Amino acid sequence: MFSPDSLQPRMMLVNRFSCTLKNQSVKIGHCSKVPRNVNMEKLQHGYLFPEIERHELLHLKKYPNANVIDLGIGDTTKPLPTIVTSRMVDFVRGLSTAEGYKGYGPEQGEKALRKAIAAEIYKNLDIKPSEVFVSDGAQCDISRLQAYIDSSVIIGHAGKFVDRIGKYENIEYMTCGPQTDFFPDLHTISRPQLIFFCSPNNPTGHAATRKQLQQLVDFAKVNGSIIIYDSAYSAYITDNSPKSIFEIPGAREVAIEVSSFSKLAGFTGVRLGWTVVPEELLYSNGFPVLHDFNRIVCTCFNGASSISQAGGLACLSPEGLNAVQSLVDYYMENARILVNALTSLGLTVYGGKNAPYVWVRFPGSKSWDVFAGILENTHIITIPGSGFGPGGEGYIRISAFGQRDSILEASERLKYLLYQEKL
Amino acid sequence: MSITQNLTISISSSSSPFLAPSNFNSRSQVSLNAKRVSICKCVATPQEAETAYKTKVSRNENIGKLQAGYLFPEIARRRSAHLLKYPDAKIISLGIGDTTEPIPEVITSALAKKSHALSTLEGYSGYGAEQGEKPLRSAIASTFYPDLGIEDDDIFVSDGAKCDISRLQIVFGSNVKMAVQDPSYPAYVDSSVIMGQTGLYQKDVQKFANIEYMRCNPENGFFPDLSSLSRPDIIFFCSPNNPTGAAATREQLVQLVRFAKDNGSIIVYDSAYAMYISGDNPRSIFEIPGAKEVAIETSSFSKYAGFTGVRLGWTVVPKQLLFSDGFPVAKDFNRIVSTCFNGASNISQAGGLACLSPEGLKAMRGVIGFYKENTNIIVDTFDSLGFKVYGGKSAPYVWVHFPGQNSWDVFSEILEKTHVVTTPGSGFGPGGEGFVRVSAFGHRENVLEACRRFKQLYK
Repeated sequence: MFSPDSLQPRMMLVNRFSCTLKNQSVKIGHCSKVPRNVNMEKLQHGYLFPEIERHELLHLKKYPNANVIDLGIGDTTKPLPTIVTSRMVDFVRGLSTAEGYKGYGPEQGEKALRKAIAAEIYKNLDIKPSEVFVSDGAQCDISRLQAYIDSSVIIGHAGKFVDRIGKYENIEYMTCGPQTDFFPDLHTISRPQLIFFCSPNNPTGHAATRKQLQQLVDFAKVNGSIIIYDSAYSAYITDNSPKSIFEIPGAREVAIEVSSFSKLAGFTGVRLGWTVVPEELLYSNGFPVLHDFNRIVCTCFNGASSISQAGGLACLSPEGLNAVQSLVDYYMENARILVNALTSLGLTVYGGKNAPYVWVRFPGSKSWDVFAGILENTHIITIPGSGFGPGGEGYIRISAFGQRDSILEASERLKYLLYQEKL
Repeated sequence: MSITQNLTISISSSSSPFLAPSNFNSRSQVSLNAKRVSICKCVATPQEAETAYKTKVSRNENIGKLQAGYLFPEIARRRSAHLLKYPDAKIISLGIGDTTEPIPEVITSALAKKSHALSTLEGYSGYGAEQGEKPLRSAIASTFYPDLGIEDDDIFVSDGAKCDISRLQIVFGSNVKMAVQDPSYPAYVDSSVIMGQTGLYQKDVQKFANIEYMRCNPENGFFPDLSSLSRPDIIFFCSPNNPTGAAATREQLVQLVRFAKDNGSIIVYDSAYAMYISGDNPRSIFEIPGAKEVAIETSSFSKYAGFTGVRLGWTVVPKQLLFSDGFPVAKDFNRIVSTCFNGASNISQAGGLACLSPEGLKAMRGVIGFYKENTNIIVDTFDSLGFKVYGGKSAPYVWVHFPGQNSWDVFSEILEKTHVVTTPGSGFGPGGEGFVRVSAFGHRENVLEACRRFKQLYK
C-alpha cells in the first residue's frame, strides 16, 4: 500500500484511476473491502472474440487504408428477409396502439413461438412447446445453464488453469481431431457430469454422425452425465447427419439442446434463441432439470425482446423458412469457394460442408503466429485455432459469413500469399 | 461375506447403474442387513421416480434453497386460478408492475425504421458491441448523468435491470455477503440465493441466513437504521423504492454513501423509477459526492418507455469502483457482459436512442405523468377509506397498510371480492407483512373501476 505522499507528481495529473495490479502502479483513492471473485482471476485472457477485435484495431492503426476482410468472428452479413422484417415492423407499429401494445411477456417465451419451434425445428421428434425456452441467444443460455469453459471458470467448476498444458484442471478436454473423425475417444474420458457437445461444430465444422451421437448418448446414460448439445448450426447440414440430439433414442433422458436464430436467420444483433429441456431429464435426486431452468429463467431473465420473437415467428412460417434457407445456402456457397481455394493450394482443409466454418491445418506452426502472418500480409482476419482450446493448435478457423465479393477477394489474397510462401 | 455376495448379485441384476457392485459401500451394506430386503435402494425416492431414469448430476443446492417460485409468476398463477373459478369476472391487474399504455410513436417509428433497415444492405448490422451501441451509451450518460463525471464507457447497455442484477451477482461470486432493504424487489434476494451467497431459509423469521435485511417501515421513514448493521459487502438499495414507493432524501443517501465508504461496501443502486420522482430527491446515487468510489447504478427503460416487453436497460459501473485488491469492478463486469451476454437487441437499442431525443423524452414524461395520475387516484381512494397509505408520490406503487393482517390473506380477499389483483407485501420480504402493494399501471378506466370496487369492499 502506498501513502498519498509517495505519489509521483505525474500520476496526480491523471484524472483516471489506476489500479494496483500486484506489481503495478500506485493506487489512488478508495478501495472497497469487497474481495474480487477468485474465479474471475482464473480466467486467462479476455473472451476470445473481443481479443481478436483488439488485434484488428491495432492492425487498422498500423494500416489505416487497408481493406480489411473479416473472416474471423462468425458474424452474419446478409440482410434479413423482408418477410421477417415486415412482421417486426407491423408488431412494432402495433406497440403504439391500444390493441397491439404488449408489456411483459412470459419469461419462457411467447406460446406461439415455442409452439412453432417445437413444430418446425423438432418436427416428428415429440418435443413439447412446454419444453422449449426462448432466449436472447445461445451464448446467454449457456451461462444460464452454468457450465461452458469460460463461464464454468466464472462459476467455479473449472479449477485452476494449468499453464504447462493450457487447460483448466477440473475440465475434461475431449480432443477432436481428424485422426478420430473429429469425435472424441470416449473410452479415455473419466466420468464427467456435464458434456458440452457442439454439432455441427464450431470451430471444426464437423457434423457428428448418427452412430457417433448414439455413442455419445449411450456414454451419457451409462455415466449419468447430462449432454448440453449446441445445435446452432444445424441448418447448415447438407448431408444426412442428425440435426438434433433428440433424433437419437434415449436422448430425452440425458440431453439439453441449445440453439439460436443468429446463424439460422441473421439474428446476431436482433438476439433470439432457444433451449430445449426435456421433461424426462432428472437430477440424481429425481428432481426435473426443467423445473430449475424455469426458475432461473424467471429470476435472472425477463424474456427475449417481444420484437425479436415476432421476427422469429415469421422465420418459422413456410415463406420465412424458405427465405432463411436461401441465406444459409448463400453462406454455404461462400464456404465451398473458400474450401476450393485452400484445397487447391495443397492445404488440408476440414469443415465447410455442414457448417459455415473452414478448419485449415497449418502443421508445425503456432496458430496465433499464422493468424498474425495472414493478417499482416493479406489484411484478412481469421481465428487462431488455439483460441478454442489446446486441441485447436496448428489450425486456423475461417468463417464463411462475408459478402460474396469479400469471400472471392479473400480467396485470391490467400492463394497469392500461400503460393508465395511455397516458392 | 456370502450374504454380501448374494446381495451384490441381486443388486447387479437390477437395471439401475446406481446399484452396480462398484458403488456398493459399507454403509449400504449395514442398512441392507438391517432391512433384510433383496433389492437395495440407496436413495429414498417417490414412487413415480423409482422407475424413471435419473442422471448422476446433483441438483444445484442453492436453487433448492428457494422457497417457492419467483413472486410475480406466483401472482400470475393465482390470477389464472381465479379466472378459472370466475370465468366471467372482469379481472383488473394492479399486481405485477406491467406497463399498459402504448409506446409513443416517436419511439416506435425508430423501432420500425431499424427493423426495416435490417432487410437492406446499407442498414443491416450483425453483432453489436456487448456493452451497447456507442451513441446510446453516450445519450444515457448525457441524459441521466450530466455533470456527474460519468463517462460514456462507464455505461453498459442491458436487456433490463433484472438481468443485470444477476450478471452483477456473477461478478461478485458466492463469497460475498449482501444487505437488502426489507421489503425489497425479490430479484435481489433470489439472485443472491442462487449464487450461493446465503445460508438456508429460516422459516420462523422468513429470512435467508447470511443476508442482512435492512427493515424499512413508516417508523424509520423507510430508510434503514445503518448503525445496527453488521458490515455487508454488497448493499442493494432501490430508490424510488419498489414496493414502498419511498424516495430517499439527499441526506439519507449521503449517510448511505458514508456507510459504504467506512465499511468498504459496494452499493448496487436501483434507480428504475427515478423519472417518477416528484420532489427534489436525488435521481441518481452519483449526485452524492464520493458515490463513484462505492456505487454501481442500474436502471431500465421498462417503466419509462413501456419497454417491459422490448427489453432495454443499463448499468453504470464507474472506473473508480475497485475491489479490495485494487482491481476495477468495471473490468470484471465487462468480462461477464462479453462472455455471458451478447448485447441488447439492436432494434431495442435504436428505440432507446429515440427515447432520449428531446421529443422522445417529452413523450416518455407524458406516459409517466399518466401513470402518476393513476397513482394519485389510488392514493386518494385508500386515503378516503381511512387507510394509512405510503408511496405513490415518487413511484407508481401505493403501499397500503393493513395492520395485524396477513398480507396473502388480504391479497386473497381483495381478489376474491373485487377481482382486483394486487401484490401481498410479504412477497417482498418479512418487512412487507401487513402491507399490500397496489401498482398504478393500468388503463385509466380500469384504475377508476378498481377504485370503485375498493370503495365498495371497504366502505
